[in-house]
Amino acid sequence: MDDFIWRAWLGGLGVAILCGPLGCLVVWQRMAYFGATLAHAALLGIALGLALSWPLQLAILGVSLAVSMLLLSLGDNRFIASDTLLGIIAHGALALGLVLLAFLPGVQLDLHGYLFGDILAIGRADLGWIFGGGCAVLLALIKIWRPLLALVIQRDLALVAGVQARRIRAVFFVLLSLVVAVAMQVVGLLLIVSLLIIPAATARYFARSPEAMAGLAIVFGGLAVSGGLGLSLGSDAPTGPAVVTIAALLFALLGGVRFLHRRRGRIRIKNTGRGAAD
Amino acid sequence: MPAPQTAPPNATTLLHLARVNLQHGEQIILQNINLAVRAAEIVTLIGPNGAGKSSLLRIGLGLLAPNSGEVQRARDMVVGYVPQTVAFDPVLPLSVARFLNLERRYPPARAAEMLTQTGGPELGARLNAPMQTLSGGELRRVLLARALLRDPDLLILDEPGAGMDISGQINLYQLIQRIRDERGCGILLVSHDLYMVMAATDRVFCLNRHLCCSGKPEAVQQHPEFLALFGARAAAELAIYPHRHDHEHGLRGQPQPPPPARDAGHGCQ
Repeated sequence: MDDFIWRAWLGGLGVAILCGPLGCLVVWQRMAYFGATLAHAALLGIALGLALSWPLQLAILGVSLAVSMLLLSLGDNRFIASDTLLGIIAHGALALGLVLLAFLPGVQLDLHGYLFGDILAIGRADLGWIFGGGCAVLLALIKIWRPLLALVIQRDLALVAGVQARRIRAVFFVLLSLVVAVAMQVVGLLLIVSLLIIPAATARYFARSPEAMAGLAIVFGGLAVSGGLGLSLGSDAPTGPAVVTIAALLFALLGGVRFLHRRRGRIRIKNTGRGAAD
Repeated sequence: MPAPQTAPPNATTLLHLARVNLQHGEQIILQNINLAVRAAEIVTLIGPNGAGKSSLLRIGLGLLAPNSGEVQRARDMVVGYVPQTVAFDPVLPLSVARFLNLERRYPPARAAEMLTQTGGPELGARLNAPMQTLSGGELRRVLLARALLRDPDLLILDEPGAGMDISGQINLYQLIQRIRDERGCGILLVSHDLYMVMAATDRVFCLNRHLCCSGKPEAVQQHPEFLALFGARAAAELAIYPHRHDHEHGLRGQPQPPPPARDAGHGCQ
């Protein structure tokens, strides 16, 4: 097999490992639209990065952090609902990014690649970003996991127990921004949220503890990346969408299996009941 | 927070609120509240709906900052908090055991023992049950067990008996008294259960945005402001209350052997 396929697979798995636990936290806190907003704003980061000739990941990270802080500080505005605010920022930043790109002189830009990902173009430097940044994210996440989980589950109880809510949440936003910056390469900014929430949602079918759900989300994310890459190589389908398609199929299929399994279980119980009456 | 101007009345004061005011916009929620909770003391807040009881509790917990006034807490005090209701989102899988170990890990035997203490052996056996499957009464006792595992100096409970039947309430307030007797921790609770409050409390604070009256339960019952708030009828019913329930029910309603006899009317030390 060619080198670029190995790099694509490794990079994809790295992103899946990050998206598993982070995606669970997004799902638990009902922050899917927040993640989408960060992802859309990434295009503004790309435009700024190109304009200032910064490394793109760094520019994306900067914009994501700025958006997070903006949302945190505007969070308790009583006249605008939070989803309205998210929509304004998401699409405002996306549009501004596109306008900025149009004004950049002489930039040949693969916009399609940014929107839908270009996993096959992952180079050694990108792998460095994914695994270097990924290790930092995982270490930080392990460090704040317990207090963050306590906050997510019962805010007041966690506060009374002395959890430093502001600090912990700020760290979480930084980690989420890092993951968005890193995952963009694999599935593109329009599909990042799906890699966060679909494996996590699939994991919920089977998990009995928060940690098991995070672990299973990594497994389902890894399966989606591997399957999507295979599908794309075999059929020329675009890779990012292929990955998300496999993730969604896994979710639907396992959901269906589970539903049928439960229903059969219920019918069996009913049958034994009747048998005993006879 | 401004520097304290007055020292707490004595060294074992756990929580001391002085001249606390809370406003929400134009609306006055709490006005000039003075309140102290000492170790090994059960203090109860009573008052009609909208009297500001929960706000006062949240100020005591440090979850809410008053507009003015002082909030002093004993140094290195561990607070156990039992909220009135807690919703557990089914999108997050969580067992009772994992919930009890959220902030700190405890030996499994200790968690089971604490559940047994607050909810009987049937609750102790539910360590692996998902939180979402607990009944309201079971959940309240799991929350209490979680607070007690922290080995609190001050236990704060928001309407612990709400939604329970009378025998469940009696059982619960006896448990609260036992916790105080065995651990010597201070207890601050909000309650609507007038009967229970009067039997199981050292001091009562009757709140209606301001402190209407406070003191020993017998004294508060005679106070004109108490009578105005709760009616003479309630006071008359309270007067005949201190009775003994002759049997107990478990969380699911089944009869249980009575605990060691204890006169609920004389909890003061």
